[in-house]
Amino acid sequence: MRDFSYLRASSVDAARQASALPGAMLLAGGTTLIDLAKCGVAEPDTIVDITHLKGLDAITVDDQGATIGALAKMSSIADHADIKSRFPAVSEALWQAASAQIRNMATIGGNLMQRTRCPYFRDGENFPACNKRTPGSGCSAIGGVTRGHAVLGTSETCIATYPGDLAVALVAFDALVHLGDRQVAVDDFFLPPGATPEREHAIQPGEVITAISIPASAAARRSTYLKVRDRQSYEFAAASAAVGIEFEADGRTIRDLRVALGGVATKPWRARGVEAALRGKVLEADTVRRASLLAVEGAIDHGANHYKIELAPRVVARAILELGETA
Amino acid sequence: MTVHMKRHGDASDGAEAVGGRLSRVDGPAKITGAAKYAVEQQLDGLAYAVLVESTIAAGKVRSIDTEAAKAAPGVLKVLTPDNIPPLKTASDWFGTPPPDAPYCPLARDITFSGQHVAAVVAESFEQAVAAAALVKVSYDEAPAIVDLSDAKAGDGIPIDAMTKEWGDAATAFAAAPVRICAAYNTPREYQAPMEPHGLIARWQGDQLTVWEPSQWLDGMARTYAEWFGVPFENVRLVSPYIGGGFGSKALALGHGAVAAIAARMLERPVRLVMTRPQTFTGYGGRAATRQTVTIGADAEGKIQSIVHRGVNETSIDGMWVEPLGSVTSIMYQTPNFSSRQNVVRVNSVVPGAMRAPGENPSAFGIESAIDELAYEVGIDPLAIRLRNYAEQDPHAKKAWSTRQLREAYAAGAERFGWSRRSPQPRSMRDGNQLIGWGVAAGTYPVRRAYGEAMVRILADGSVEVESSSIDMGQGTYTILVQTAAETLGVPADNVVVKLGDSRFARAGVAGGSRLAGVMTGAVHKAANAALDELVGLAISDPRSPFHALQANTLVVANGRISSPRGEGPEISIAELLASVGRDRIEAKGDTMPANSTAEERYKNYTTIAMALPHTEGDYSRYSWCAHFIEVRVDEDFGTVRVSRVVSALDSGRLYNPKLAESQWKGGIIMGIGQALLEEGIVDRRHGRIVNNNLADYLVPTNADIPDIEVISVGIPDPHSSVLGGKGVGELAIVGVAPAIANAVFHATGKRIRDLPITLEKLI
Ligand SMILES: Cc1cc2nc3c(=O)[nH]c(=O)nc-3n(C[C@H](O)[C@H](O)[C@H](O)COP(=O)(O)OP(=O)(O)OC[C@H]3O[C@@H](n4cnc5c(N)ncnc54)[C@H](O)[C@@H]3O)c2cc1C
Ligand code: SF4
Repeated sequence: MRDFSYLRASSVDAARQASALPGAMLLAGGTTLIDLAKCGVAEPDTIVDITHLKGLDAITVDDQGATIGALAKMSSIADHADIKSRFPAVSEALWQAASAQIRNMATIGGNLMQRTRCPYFRDGENFPACNKRTPGSGCSAIGGVTRGHAVLGTSETCIATYPGDLAVALVAFDALVHLGDRQVAVDDFFLPPGATPEREHAIQPGEVITAISIPASAAARRSTYLKVRDRQSYEFAAASAAVGIEFEADGRTIRDLRVALGGVATKPWRARGVEAALRGKVLEADTVRRASLLAVEGAIDHGANHYKIELAPRVVARAILELGETA
Repeated sequence: MTVHMKRHGDASDGAEAVGGRLSRVDGPAKITGAAKYAVEQQLDGLAYAVLVESTIAAGKVRSIDTEAAKAAPGVLKVLTPDNIPPLKTASDWFGTPPPDAPYCPLARDITFSGQHVAAVVAESFEQAVAAAALVKVSYDEAPAIVDLSDAKAGDGIPIDAMTKEWGDAATAFAAAPVRICAAYNTPREYQAPMEPHGLIARWQGDQLTVWEPSQWLDGMARTYAEWFGVPFENVRLVSPYIGGGFGSKALALGHGAVAAIAARMLERPVRLVMTRPQTFTGYGGRAATRQTVTIGADAEGKIQSIVHRGVNETSIDGMWVEPLGSVTSIMYQTPNFSSRQNVVRVNSVVPGAMRAPGENPSAFGIESAIDELAYEVGIDPLAIRLRNYAEQDPHAKKAWSTRQLREAYAAGAERFGWSRRSPQPRSMRDGNQLIGWGVAAGTYPVRRAYGEAMVRILADGSVEVESSSIDMGQGTYTILVQTAAETLGVPADNVVVKLGDSRFARAGVAGGSRLAGVMTGAVHKAANAALDELVGLAISDPRSPFHALQANTLVVANGRISSPRGEGPEISIAELLASVGRDRIEAKGDTMPANSTAEERYKNYTTIAMALPHTEGDYSRYSWCAHFIEVRVDEDFGTVRVSRVVSALDSGRLYNPKLAESQWKGGIIMGIGQALLEEGIVDRRHGRIVNNNLADYLVPTNADIPDIEVISVGIPDPHSSVLGGKGVGELAIVGVAPAIANAVFHATGKRIRDLPITLEKLI
C-alpha cells in the first residue's frame, strides 16, 4: 500500500512550508487530487489539508472589483449576487462546470489547478508515453484518439486541452492570481506546453494560491459564458467562449471587447485578434462572424479534433451577437 | 410527528391488484440505504482480490514477475496461470455439453486489451490495489485487429442460421421503380450499470456460496458447479438487489472464477469488485454493427423487395451473434426478402447482451431506411409505414397473437400532433434551432419459459412468496406481491416476496423481457394451489367453522373467508388456520407440463434451451411500439437536443402500469443516449478503449431528457403469457435511435447513418 502522511495546515504559512517539501501536495476539495491519486497519476508523499483554514473562503465585491478567497466553493461563487450582476460570465462559467455535487465540494484554488482530461495522461499503466506525466517519455495522444485535444497553443511534446471553464472567464477579464504577496496575471499563470508540458502553472513549490481578484469593468458587467458540448450537462467543453462587451454611448459601437476560448487550447485562450478586429466597429452580424474567425488563427488540428477549428469561431460569434442583443 | 408508513408504499385504492399502480415495494429500502447489495455482506476473514489486466491487445504473456507484489504488505497470494488449479470448461447457456478441456480464467494467450492475466489477494483492498501495480507482466506482442474497419478484419464468417429469404429479392429490387440503398453503423456500446460487477465467494468444504449481482442465479450456479466439478446443489448464489444489469449480469464470468479460486486456495472468503475501467473490458457490451439495407418499392412507396446484409464484431475466440435481420424481416410486408449476416473476429472481449440485443441495431437500419424511402417517394414517414403494414408475420407467415402497432401509430401521432408536421426538411425552426420531427417503430419478441414459485400462507394470515428470480429494478418484488395478493384475496401489505437466493424455488434468466410473464404465471399457479388447499381445509376439516355449511366453495377476500351467500361466519385466514390446527399452508407450483422429468426441470431453470419459440403454434408473438420524437439542432454548433418524446407501446396487459411506464421511459432514455452520446472509442494503435469511465463514456443526464409521454395501447394477449402480458423491459429502446436520426434529417436535411449523432457530424 502506498503510504503518505497527512498534515492539517494550521495557517497559510504552515501550508506554504509544508507544501515546499518534496512530494507534498495541497488538498482542497479533493475532486481533482483524489481522482488522480486513484488512477496513479498523483502520488503524493504528504497531503497538506487546507480545507479548514479560516478566512480563505471570503468573497468581496466592490466598485474596484471582486476578490475571491482560494477556498471559496464553486457553487457559492456562482450563486453570489454581486458576482452574478457584475461578472455574469464568471457565474455562468461555474454553473456550467462539472456537476452540482462537485461544485459544492470544489474550491476556486483547486479549480485553477485542475489537470487535463487527456485519456492518455490518466492511464499510465496502458500508455507509458506522456510527456506531461513523465517528461521525455513521448506523447501517446499524437496519432491516437484526439477528439478532445487542443488546436491552439499545442507543441510537439503535448496537445492536451486545458479543460476548465472558470479560468477562461478570468483570463478574459484580466484577473490576478494571488500567491500570498506575489500576484500573477491569470494569462501568465497558465503556461503553454512548449518543451516542458509538465510545467503547467507559474507557481513555485511552497507557494499557495490565496485568492483571485478580478478588476471591475464595463465589459465584465456585460458578459456571458457560452459552453457547447454534446451532453447538455456534466461534460467538458467541446468549445466555449467568455465574452464581455462595452459599447460607446450610441449603444452599437464596440468600445471594449473581451474574448477568451475554452476547450480548444492548451491554456485558457485570450483571443486578442478578435478583440482588436472589432474594437471601434459597429456590432453587426457579418462583421462579427468574420472577425470571430481570427479566434483560431494559427490553429493546428490532429484529425478528430478538426471540428473545433470550425466550432470555436461560431461559439465566439454567437456569444458576441447574443450579448449585443441584450441591451 | 409520527409517520405511518405502509410497508408497501402508497398502495391506495385498487393499486394492490394486478394491473394496479402499486409503488415499488423495494423502494423504501433502497432510498433509505437499508437494502444490502450482494458485495456489501460483512464476513469474518474477508480478503480482497484485485485483477491485473493485459496491456496489449494480441500476443502472449512471456513471463509474470510477482516477486515485488508478493513481498508487498498484506499480500496473501498472487494468482497467475501457473499457480492456480485448472477448472473444467462449463457448458454454454443452451446447456451444450462443453469440450473436455480445462478452463483457466487467467490468460496466457492474449486476445484483447484488458484481459485478466493475474490477480492479487490481500488483507485489505488498498493493499491489493498497490500490490497489483507491482505485478510485472512481459509480453510478446502480435498485431491486433482493432475493429470492423481494420484492413485485416476481412469479411468474416457467414452465419447461416441468420439467413432469411423468400421470393426473389435481387430481381425484384432491380425491377423496382424506386430504389434506396444505404449503410448504417452502430458503435460498441456499454451497459454501464451503476453497480459494477463483483462478488464475494466463500467455500465451506465443498459448498460454495457466492454473493453476486445476478440476472440468473440458477444459470450462474450451474456454471460455478461445472467449473469446480461440484454438484449444482452445492452452490448457492445470493443476489437480493441488483444495481442495474441491462444484460451484462446474466452469466458467470471470468472474474467470478478468479474470486472463487482464490477463496478456495486461501480457505477464506474473497471479495473481488471490478473497477469502473475494468467494466469496459471485463465483459462485453453491445457489439459494433454494420448493415446495408436496400429497398425497392413502387412509385407509391409499396415495398417490393428488401435486401439486407449485416455484420457484427465478435472476439477472437468467442462467438457473439447480434441478430441484425430480426426487425428487418418482420416489420413490413414485402413479397421478396433476403437477409444475411456475417460475424467478424476482432481483438476485443466477447460482446454480450445489452438491452434488446439484435432488435435494437436491426431497427436502426430498417427504420432509418424506410424513412429514406418516404422522402424518396415523397410521402409522409408515418403514411409509408401504414402503407407497408404487415398484417401477419411476413417471415413466419403466421397471424400475430396481438399487434397493436396501428393503434400505437394513431395514439402517438394524435398526442404528438404529427398532422401539423411540415414535410420539408429544414422547414421548422426557432431562432438558431432547427426543429425536426421523426417517427420510428420498435418491436421485441415475446420470450417465454416455464417458471416455479413457492407460496406460503402463514399462521398469522400473512403470505410469503419465494423465488430464486431477481429484481434489478424492473419490479419483480412488486408485481409478485400484487399477483399473490390478488390470487389469494389478501391485502398487498400482508404479502412478503423473497427473491435472489438460489435456495428458493428455481427460476430461469431475467433476460429477454420474459421474467414478469413467467413469474406472474408461476406465482398465480402456486397461489391458486395454496388457496385450493385453504378452502379445502375450511370446507372439509371437522374443526372448521365452515364445516357445517356443507358448501362446495368459499370466498377469500381482503384476508377474510366467508361463504358466497354470506351465511355462516366470516373469519380471518389466521383464525381459520388456528381452528384447524395448522401453522402454515405451503404450495410450490410450476408451469411446466405435468409429465416433465427432473432433468427437463433442471434444464429449464439453468439453461435457455427450453424457452418456447415466439412463433410456436399458430401465432407469432411480439411487443410493439411507435416513437414520435422532436429534436432541436443548433445550426451553428451541430448539437442535438431531444425536446419532446411521445411513445405508444403495446406490451399486452400491464401487471403494474406505473412500473411498466418507468421501464419504458428508462428504455427511451437509454435510446437517447445511444442515439446521441454513447460510443466506445478505441485507440487504433493499441486496440484499447480509451473512454473507459463515466466522465468520458457519456450517458444522458437529467438535463438531456425532456418530458417523456408514454401511452399504453396493449390488450391482454392470452397467447403470450398466463395473465396476458407481453415483454416490457427491452421494447422501448428499440426504435428510439432511428426516430431521433429521422428527426435530425427532418431538422437539418442531413442523414446521419453512424451512431452516435455527435456535433461534428452536423457542422
Ligand atoms: C467528472 C468531473 C467533471 C468535471 N467537469 C468540469 C467542467 O465541466 N468544468 C470545469 O471547469 N471543471 C470540471 N471539473 C473539474 C473540477 O472543477 C475540479 O476538480 C475542481 O475545481 C478542483 O477543485 P478542488 O478544490 O476539488 O481541488 P483539489 O482536488 O483539492 O486540488 C486540485 C489541485 O490543486 C491544488 N491546489 C488546491 N488548492 C490549492 C491552493 N490554494 N493553492 C495551490 N494549489 C492548490 C492541489 O494540490 C491539487 O493539485 C470536473 C471534475 C470531475 C471529476
Ligand atoms: S497530449 Fe500531453 S497529456 Fe496527453 S499524452 Fe500527450 S503529453 Fe501526455
